[in-house]
Amino acid sequence: MSDLKIINLVKNFVGMDRPAVNNVNLKINSGELVAFLGPSGCGKTTILKMITGLFAPDNGDIVLDNKSLLPIPTENRGVVMVFQNYLLFPYMNVNENVGFALKMKGIDKNVIEKKVREMLDLVKLPDIGFRKPKQLSGGQQQRVALARALIASPRLLLLDEPLSNLDAHLRDEMRDLIVTIQKKLNVTTIFVTHDQEEAVLLADKIALIFDGELQNYTSPKNYYEQPKNIKAAKFFGGVNFIKSKKINNEFISDIGKINYVGENINDLNDEINITIRPENIKLSKTNDFDHNSFKGNIKSIIFSGTHTRYKIIINNLELECSLQSLGIKNINQGDEIFVHLPKDKIWGMND
Amino acid sequence: MNNNLKKINVYAIYLGALILILPLIAFFINAFSFRWFYPQIIPKELSLQAWVRLKLIPKPGQRSIEGFLDLWTSNPAVIKALMNSLTIGILVTIVSIIIALPAARVLGLLNFRFKKLIIFIMVSPTILPPIAFVLGLNINFISLGFSGSFFGVCLVHLVPIMPYVVLTMTGIFANYNPDFEHQARTLGANKTRTFFLITLPAIAPGMVVAALFAFLVSWSQYLLTFLIGAGKVMTLPLLVFSTASSGNPALTAAISIIFIFPAILILFFTSKFVSGESGATSGFGKI
Repeated sequence: MSDLKIINLVKNFVGMDRPAVNNVNLKINSGELVAFLGPSGCGKTTILKMITGLFAPDNGDIVLDNKSLLPIPTENRGVVMVFQNYLLFPYMNVNENVGFALKMKGIDKNVIEKKVREMLDLVKLPDIGFRKPKQLSGGQQQRVALARALIASPRLLLLDEPLSNLDAHLRDEMRDLIVTIQKKLNVTTIFVTHDQEEAVLLADKIALIFDGELQNYTSPKNYYEQPKNIKAAKFFGGVNFIKSKKINNEFISDIGKINYVGENINDLNDEINITIRPENIKLSKTNDFDHNSFKGNIKSIIFSGTHTRYKIIINNLELECSLQSLGIKNINQGDEIFVHLPKDKIWGMND
Repeated sequence: MNNNLKKINVYAIYLGALILILPLIAFFINAFSFRWFYPQIIPKELSLQAWVRLKLIPKPGQRSIEGFLDLWTSNPAVIKALMNSLTIGILVTIVSIIIALPAARVLGLLNFRFKKLIIFIMVSPTILPPIAFVLGLNINFISLGFSGSFFGVCLVHLVPIMPYVVLTMTGIFANYNPDFEHQARTLGANKTRTFFLITLPAIAPGMVVAALFAFLVSWSQYLLTFLIGAGKVMTLPLLVFSTASSGNPALTAAISIIFIFPAILILFFTSKFVSGESGATSGFGKI
């Protein structure tokens, strides 16, 4: 078991006008694969470095298995980090690199040798043990770095931008490998990325971080269906936001009354934003819907191969709608259209 | 570059090398000759008399292994000076590198206010003529009781050495990636093992270059040894000067050969680190 709890974590750097990490709280369950997602400079790598012990937090605590990590020196934490540029030790060959952690534990040479072979098999790189890191491709280096990190069965594995230095075709392969190995060894893993697609494809849960603050921490699916705020929704491609006021338990917006049944209805303030994914909006030339149906005009139609995107103006509000393949036949720019926002697909956010 | 130009460049290098080597050749001939005077192109008579007078080669008739051993263990002035120079050189090299290591790390890796000023102050001994500071220093050293002592000479040698060592090592750290150390730590290496397994191999080639500078600067130090040593600490440069002023060219040549020989030897073994093609001064950058 290795549950990780990050409690009220704060880190300030000299010369920065805001905290690099500001009061972050989150809990990662044993065996989970969690992504720290955010633009560069948002503090996600700083959190990793505090977990490993390179930086000491200014406030807060990091607890692994109900025990604070902070008083423990880096080498005894059982937390291994794989850096973005792999950092294989240049004057050691692959075997020595992979066996490094076991050698530090003073384990018998023959045992190390056997374990190194196992790990290299696991990352599908047998027979390169005697090469120097210089002689390896980027993808190979990445795998060796992964094998080196996993050999001593860490309690927690940290990956800093694991795929960003790889070519596109290697990225898919590496992504599958990371997920396969992570599930096989059941090692609690955090990886840092700025690519939301990567986070969605890999992670069980995503922690979205902006400006050192945790915006949202939930499953990838919820970022699309039930984002916590506009920032989170926008980062995942949300484009439709309808300002609404809550009056007598009804939501009134510029385009009219909206029928809302979201499960968070009791937590919502008086002024909220309602969002809906472009692909969840339904369009029709005639008004065939029993609720949340609004009349608008088509501003533009863009065909993108698998989808057709419509921009629709309803009472000065622009909504974007995406329909599969060719969309609706015989419809042109400027035409009138009925827009349906299904009540089980819309989601309200306080900010 | 066209071929002719290439050829001219190569010849220029040969010419340069010749200019550097010619005096050395004259040296060698002089050291093994007897009364080699002006109009003669080559000496009339070869002789080992200079070496005999320096008590490095026994007199004719005693040139057996025992003869050599007896002579050398009688501790002639040249060997004493040679050992002094070597000991001082090695000591100050080690000390200067130990002092420079943390300074170079900070200067190479971090940016902070007044960094340029600090570098300027550290380099200033190379601009200031030694005579300017050593006279003042001498007064302090006398009152502290360092004057005329081996320790005092070592201490004053550090003054001209430190700028070279710190600057060379700062260059290494400018291209050094400290994340390697952190990577080793997360893999279970403690601070000491991280230093010996990760940091040291990365900076070792650059440290060789810095050590080379340090040793050679100490090795050729005359004025500082002379003033602070107060004649009590005899090193090779001091012996070379006093011999040269005695006016025996063969003797001067012989002792000069002893003086330059270790320097050439060191340069020979470390030249691969000094040449521009080596990554010695580029930290982990090139590895």
